[in-house]
Amino acid sequence: MSSSKRFPFKNPVISWVDERLPIFTLMHQEYAAFPTPKNFNYLWNFGAIAMVMLVLMIVTGISLAMSYNPSADGAFDSVERIMRDVNGGWMLRYLHMNGASFFFLAVYVHMFRGMYYGSYKKPRELLWLLGVTIFLIMMATAFLGYSLPWSQMSGWGATVITSLFSAIPLVGDSIVTWLWGGFSVDNPTLNRFFALHFTLPFVIFAVVFMHIWALHITGSNNPTGIEIQDKKQDSVPFHPYYTIKDSFGLCVFLAVYAAVSFFAPTMLTHADHFIPFDPLITPSHIVPEWYFLPFYAMLRSMDFNIGIPWTDIVLMDSKLFGVLVMFGSIAMLFILPFIDKHPVKSANYRPRYKIALFIMVISFIILGYVGAMPAEGIWPTVGKIFTAVYFAFFAAVWWLNKHEKPKPLPKSIHASVLEKNAKKEAALLKEVES
Amino acid sequence: MKIILSLMLAVSIGVPSALASEAAHIEQLDWSFKGITGTYDRASIQRGFQVYRQVCSACHSMDRVAYRNLIDLGYSEDQIKSLASETSVMDGPNDEGDMFERPARPSDYFPNPYANKAQARYTNNGALPPDLSLIAKARTGGADYLYALLTGYDEAPASVTMNEGMNYNKVYAGHQIAMAAPLSDGLVAYANANTPTTTEQYAYDVSNFLQWVAEPSLEAQKRVGLKVVLFLSILAIIMYYVKKRLWAGIKGKK
Repeated sequence: MSSSKRFPFKNPVISWVDERLPIFTLMHQEYAAFPTPKNFNYLWNFGAIAMVMLVLMIVTGISLAMSYNPSADGAFDSVERIMRDVNGGWMLRYLHMNGASFFFLAVYVHMFRGMYYGSYKKPRELLWLLGVTIFLIMMATAFLGYSLPWSQMSGWGATVITSLFSAIPLVGDSIVTWLWGGFSVDNPTLNRFFALHFTLPFVIFAVVFMHIWALHITGSNNPTGIEIQDKKQDSVPFHPYYTIKDSFGLCVFLAVYAAVSFFAPTMLTHADHFIPFDPLITPSHIVPEWYFLPFYAMLRSMDFNIGIPWTDIVLMDSKLFGVLVMFGSIAMLFILPFIDKHPVKSANYRPRYKIALFIMVISFIILGYVGAMPAEGIWPTVGKIFTAVYFAFFAAVWWLNKHEKPKPLPKSIHASVLEKNAKKEAALLKEVES
Repeated sequence: MKIILSLMLAVSIGVPSALASEAAHIEQLDWSFKGITGTYDRASIQRGFQVYRQVCSACHSMDRVAYRNLIDLGYSEDQIKSLASETSVMDGPNDEGDMFERPARPSDYFPNPYANKAQARYTNNGALPPDLSLIAKARTGGADYLYALLTGYDEAPASVTMNEGMNYNKVYAGHQIAMAAPLSDGLVAYANANTPTTTEQYAYDVSNFLQWVAEPSLEAQKRVGLKVVLFLSILAIIMYYVKKRLWAGIKGKK
């Protein structure tokens, strides 16, 4: 970073600072001149969108924390005070509440894009691993934040999720007591949840910094999955080309987010979230936020013990198995770059991988639906089937290493753009002729 | 084949139980606060407030609303002062260390009909009347559900055996509700003689009131939201054309 050449700035103040601390040169290299493939589609907007959402969550979150009271007796009331008596408090709260949903939405699209175009493959494995780490910390942060209003859903959601740790053999119950800070979800639990919910976003911020750093070492992937060969032909400087394109995508995304936050702010929220927590009354049906539903479905569908067939010996009870399956589903994302050794990155040139990926995405969405349904009747069975499909995807990816003949790749990014232009022109000509 | 059979079995077991757990169909009414430019119908909410004061407040608390909040409903400050002074609240301790009763002020919150939860349960046959501050948000269906519930009392069908002290309601989950039908035709006298004094009208007005109580910032939300969405949309359109122009040189380059 320090050894590279400084950029000649005309402004004497900037130049003076830059000589002593080359921060402007750094910004220029990484955000202005940074060579970026010129063939991005709109899926590449979502990284920048996720970054903006993170900042938005931190800003609204800190503002909320100034009026929030993290105690079992005062939390729910303080949230209602924010809604009724704090100036603009309702806006802060609804932007923060719905912001979590839209942050996850952006990240899910971002992850799908990474999987579709093989952005997790060599040389970007670490970049992907950092990304999955961010996703994992985000999940923890979102869960902790969901507990803070201390509503029925908050308290019972916290009870269900922390109780998962009791599935760990031998030490499980002690761990749960340690997490709760007592023998039930109560004031100490809320206090630590608030402390962690406040801290983790800054951890996310640090990992995002590393994520972007790693990105700037390898450079961005692109829809062809071919690396930049000729800087002049294949790439454009990040600014103004992608700063402007990202701004457009961001405005559209924020407009939808604002529409939900202002016109239907409780659309994504369960009614039980507006009833104060009562440890003596269990809600008829405890559900997490929509972005956790697929994982919740995997957890609940595992309702059978693993044992030796035709005996009564139980090797693993259903609870532990469910927890392992749920965490395993995320662990699979961590090892994905090491399973997939196929030399071609983009699914555009891998017809079989493309089909496998779409089946996985559809099964993930179905699991989300199953997670919202009560765990009775047909749903645990549907959940089992599509959990199996989800895991089968990773097996399929491994199998495809040796069993997929890719379509012919374009020679370069530039060549693929030319090809696309030629196709467009031909289509236009046809239209004119007819 | 086994799988298909078990799937069919699962469906046949699953569907009726899913149906049973669902409450009856709730009709969606045409509330004035619906839609992106919706506003509150203050006349109806004021009537609903009257119904609340004369009927609901006998058993239900409304802890999060202060008399001063009524200014949003179009009451004048003097009206609010006199409304508040109709009830008395416990204050203190005074300089001598004694608690004393005084008439409520606009800054006081609506009084709770019970000293504590235990008393509330004891006086209501074991059932706890919920606080109504957030009830419109705390029930799936919101105001539509409240209206359906308040107008959903009926004779229990012969097939249903009612528990003692319970009342049959078409929309309440499980159909047995501890609250007796609170509204009846002509129960509350409205100032405007043209407004019908029917159960339906009372239910409509009080649901409107409860919606306002649960979401007092709703009008501000829509007002600000419209500006924000409009601003972002226009900015998006501008950015789109900036982007198109900027990229024109790159996309076509050979």
